[in-house]
Amino acid sequence: MVPTSYYLVLSAILFTIGVVGVLIRRNVLIIFMSVEMMLNAVNLTFAALSLHFLGLNGQIFVLMAMVVAAAEVAVGLAIVMAVVRNRDTTNIEDVNLLKG
Amino acid sequence: MFLFIVFALIAIVAALGVILSRKPVYSALFLLLNFATLAALYIMLQAQFLAAVQIIVYAGAIVVLFLFVVMLIGGGELNAVDRETSRQVDKAAAISPRFLALLGWPRIAALVLAALLLAGVGYGLVTGQLHPGQGSAAAFGQGSVEAIGAALYTDYLLPFELTSVLLLVGMVGAVVLARRDA
Repeated sequence: MVPTSYYLVLSAILFTIGVVGVLIRRNVLIIFMSVEMMLNAVNLTFAALSLHFLGLNGQIFVLMAMVVAAAEVAVGLAIVMAVVRNRDTTNIEDVNLLKG
Repeated sequence: MFLFIVFALIAIVAALGVILSRKPVYSALFLLLNFATLAALYIMLQAQFLAAVQIIVYAGAIVVLFLFVVMLIGGGELNAVDRETSRQVDKAAAISPRFLALLGWPRIAALVLAALLLAGVGYGLVTGQLHPGQGSAAAFGQGSVEAIGAALYTDYLLPFELTSVLLLVGMVGAVVLARRDA
């Protein structure tokens, strides 16, 4: 049996890689993909703890998180397409109208 | 245990491939590999329904959406990598050409990882480690469709209905946002 802490460590590593991806990349699509990776890491944590505590709550929460992620990806990609179409760039440093 | 190490390494290398690839298409395909590996890990966690939903929703819908958008807006290869990261990549390549070769061959890396994932899943199925029902008897059947369905339609009925409303709102929002100004 794999100890639960191994799954938690793997989830932490994946989450950290997602955070690093959001911080170092400028392409808006890659940033979005890193956010999805973070969501997946948290889902893995929930599933591992659901097995650890022998309750279904974790897995139900994973289902809810997946629904939220799907809706978020649809709306987020629509926004990304609208912004890229208007500004003609996928570099988020060029989307700086609100910058002081 | 050995199977977990294999899947964990594939997931981590695929995640690194997502954030380090120069082209967004390669990042999307590494993301797909990451999701598929997570589905295998869900099966090891006695969450079979979650693994199926992960493949259907994440690997089958979200990654496809990403690929559509990459196809439509081009991805932008030149500004795909931050200038700072690109400078550091060139510095690292000057020190060790193998590092640049690793980054410059994402196809080979992805093929190796995918083959490893298939081999891992096959090995797990053949030796029975990926068969649901491994582990404690108390966890048997916990992640099955019946158990999740029973919980979803009795204890969690309100969140379930609210997620349907959320999906409707998301659908309307996506249609409105993607419309060209008439």
